[in-house]
Amino acid sequence: MTSLRLASLVVFALLFSSLQVGAQTTLRIGLAEDPDILDPTLARTYVGRIVFASFCDKLFDIDAKLNIVPQLALSHETSADGKEVTIKLRPGVKFHDGEPFDADAAKFSLDRHLTMPTSFRKPELAALDHVDVVDPLTIKLVLKTPYSPLIAQLTDRAGMMVSPKAAREAGDKFGLKPVCAGPYKFVERVPQDRIVFEKFADYWNKDQIFIDRIVYLPMVDATVRLANLKSGGLDLLERLLATDIKDVRADSRLKLSTALELGYRGITLNIGNDKAKGPLSQSEKVRQALDLSIDREAINQVVFNGEFVPGNQWVSPEHPYYQKSFPVRGRDVAKAKALLKEAGITGRIAVDFMVPRGSENEAVAQVIQSMTAETGFDLKIRVTEFATSLKQAEAGEYQAYYLQWSGRIDPDGNSYVFLKSNAPQNNSAYSSPDADKALDDARTVSEPAQRKTIYEKLTAAVLRDEPIIYIYHARTLIAHTTRLEGYTQMPDGLVRVVGLKLK
Amino acid sequence: MIFLGRRLLQIIPTLFFVSILIFSLQQLLPGDPALVMAGEERDPAVIAQIREQYRLDRPLPVQYVYWVKGVLSGDFGESLRIKVPVRSLIAQKLPVTMQLAGMAIIIALLIGIPAGILSAVKKGTPWDYAANLFALWGISTPNFWLGIMLIFLFSIELNWLPASGYVSLAENWKASLASTIMPAFVLGNAIAAVLMRHTRSAMLEVLESDYIRTARAKGLSEPAVIIKHALRNALTPVITLGALELGTLLSGAVLTEQIFSIPGFGKLIVDAVFNRDYAVVQGVVLVTATTYIALNLIADIAYVLVNPRLRS
Repeated sequence: MTSLRLASLVVFALLFSSLQVGAQTTLRIGLAEDPDILDPTLARTYVGRIVFASFCDKLFDIDAKLNIVPQLALSHETSADGKEVTIKLRPGVKFHDGEPFDADAAKFSLDRHLTMPTSFRKPELAALDHVDVVDPLTIKLVLKTPYSPLIAQLTDRAGMMVSPKAAREAGDKFGLKPVCAGPYKFVERVPQDRIVFEKFADYWNKDQIFIDRIVYLPMVDATVRLANLKSGGLDLLERLLATDIKDVRADSRLKLSTALELGYRGITLNIGNDKAKGPLSQSEKVRQALDLSIDREAINQVVFNGEFVPGNQWVSPEHPYYQKSFPVRGRDVAKAKALLKEAGITGRIAVDFMVPRGSENEAVAQVIQSMTAETGFDLKIRVTEFATSLKQAEAGEYQAYYLQWSGRIDPDGNSYVFLKSNAPQNNSAYSSPDADKALDDARTVSEPAQRKTIYEKLTAAVLRDEPIIYIYHARTLIAHTTRLEGYTQMPDGLVRVVGLKLK
Repeated sequence: MIFLGRRLLQIIPTLFFVSILIFSLQQLLPGDPALVMAGEERDPAVIAQIREQYRLDRPLPVQYVYWVKGVLSGDFGESLRIKVPVRSLIAQKLPVTMQLAGMAIIIALLIGIPAGILSAVKKGTPWDYAANLFALWGISTPNFWLGIMLIFLFSIELNWLPASGYVSLAENWKASLASTIMPAFVLGNAIAAVLMRHTRSAMLEVLESDYIRTARAKGLSEPAVIIKHALRNALTPVITLGALELGTLLSGAVLTEQIFSIPGFGKLIVDAVFNRDYAVVQGVVLVTATTYIALNLIADIAYVLVNPRLRS
């Protein structure tokens, strides 16, 4: 009898353990939007970058301190004149279709980014003239002009490598069934419903991959995403609302992971455009007065429970390129009023304030409205649907525009296109010889201390002229269940899946 | 037959008008699709390229002709955002919304008609007041509020149902029902209220008529009087109304699918509008409009079948 019981116990234990081994682990990630096409050359959205992180490795990556670290590349070396960058590649890497990753494949991917007619990577790689294959595991990037942000660009989509065979066959439909060299390979996509990946057995770093499948589920409503996380329908969600932080912290089954974002939220002021001829566009004193009327810390407390970081530059106070000699100014109503008087302003200043729809945006706008009213500004909040606001900003049909920028690793990505004369996203039509020179100089120098000195000049010019009033830096808010182990949030906001385990 | 032929012919100018309307409405939509598509990196060269690639730089009539030519040959174009043919997106999403709509109608019928009968038969009693209160509640409760409340109760508190997402019937019918029951209830609830009100008034009218009095005088049992005699006559207009309410379902689905992350027709169009994915918006609106027209046609034919006097 005892032996029978023992035997059945053993059988049961064996059965159970085999079941355990056979059980597939699936990580379900809730996204705030449905990504656009999954082709690194054609992709444009932030949410798409989150998905790429699981299947498309890049030449370089970043670590939590914003250092550039190798991924498919092993090292890089820039020539003395800054016009040649030699990159050594990782040996023994395979694409999902079994094709080898080598110098030819790397050249193919970069050429594809550069030459594909509908490529969105062209502006990022504009400085690149051509790519030479030095040996099977070495490429040389030959530049038109020295361009120090280049390696930082290669930590994102411009550095993603695709299988030449698959890309040649699929053409511009490659994104419907992408083949890269990342930890997971593409299985299927049902638009607006799910994107499924499974573990890639030949991944170069496969010892660090513990989860079998990843399913991305787009859920637009933040409340719904959180409800799914709480009820077990999701294991992780991106873009938690700041107002839900308390709720997540109070739940013992949930965990919050945050990192200060690379970008900023701020008010772009229309300076150069004729359509907005008000005191705000004519005098920097008025713009400084507007800035001085704003209490950034109060906004942070009122709208974001003190979780975010007030800021006054295009990088956050925690960023290596932050200029500490220009600290965040406090609110000073008396000084703001004095500045308005100096500018010869009598009476109240009406300002058309365009704010993209969204509860957080609208709350911030209302707080700013009431703060600046005390100084003599009359902000008229105009809540506008996002796509419409973009168009109007581009056309100069606004006076003040509340906008966020998701941010780039290199400070160039947060400043050049917004502040350089006639740059594509310089919606304030700002133009300053000082700023222009600093922006161009910073691109030619790669030594960090030297670059920082150049950016100091830019900071001085921008804080004086105020084409953009920088307000705060948000935190990337990721909530996940405690079943998920090994998760760390990176400042670029993306969700990296290497090293994750599900209990 | 002549009636049917004439009615079918009328559809052609209607569809033509609708197609023009869809095309012009899109132009009224503020915002530039090329700008939205260019994403955060809005390089002028890239924007110009998008305009050229999708013929956004051509005059509107030219764009329209290209579109109609495509539609007539069954090609609705390609999603600007994900490069998938609009036709296959529609084919993928339509069955989802159909299932949702079907379940919603069943729920509406199961609640609305019995409640209507009850309140008519028990007119002036607490039953009647309760049913009317329910109808008032059903009509005035916003879909999104009810949806979030249901998620809160059944998914978070009780953990009985998935908070969102969709499983197809073919994949797993139990999971499919679990994933659609809440949104179907939200959709069906409002229609149940309308059906209840109509059933109630139709029943009240019929119950007053002479033949009901005759039936009662013959000594028939009360259930037999109500179900066999009254309900059968009261239901005809109610059912026609139900067919037209299917149209309401399509528009109601827009919000409900968004709340429950159901990848159906409603969600397809909302996302497409926000992303200025014109090809998808055009395709979806055209199919929706055609469905409305078809439903109207069916309702018209049903009237004629029921009432032969209209046939001449």
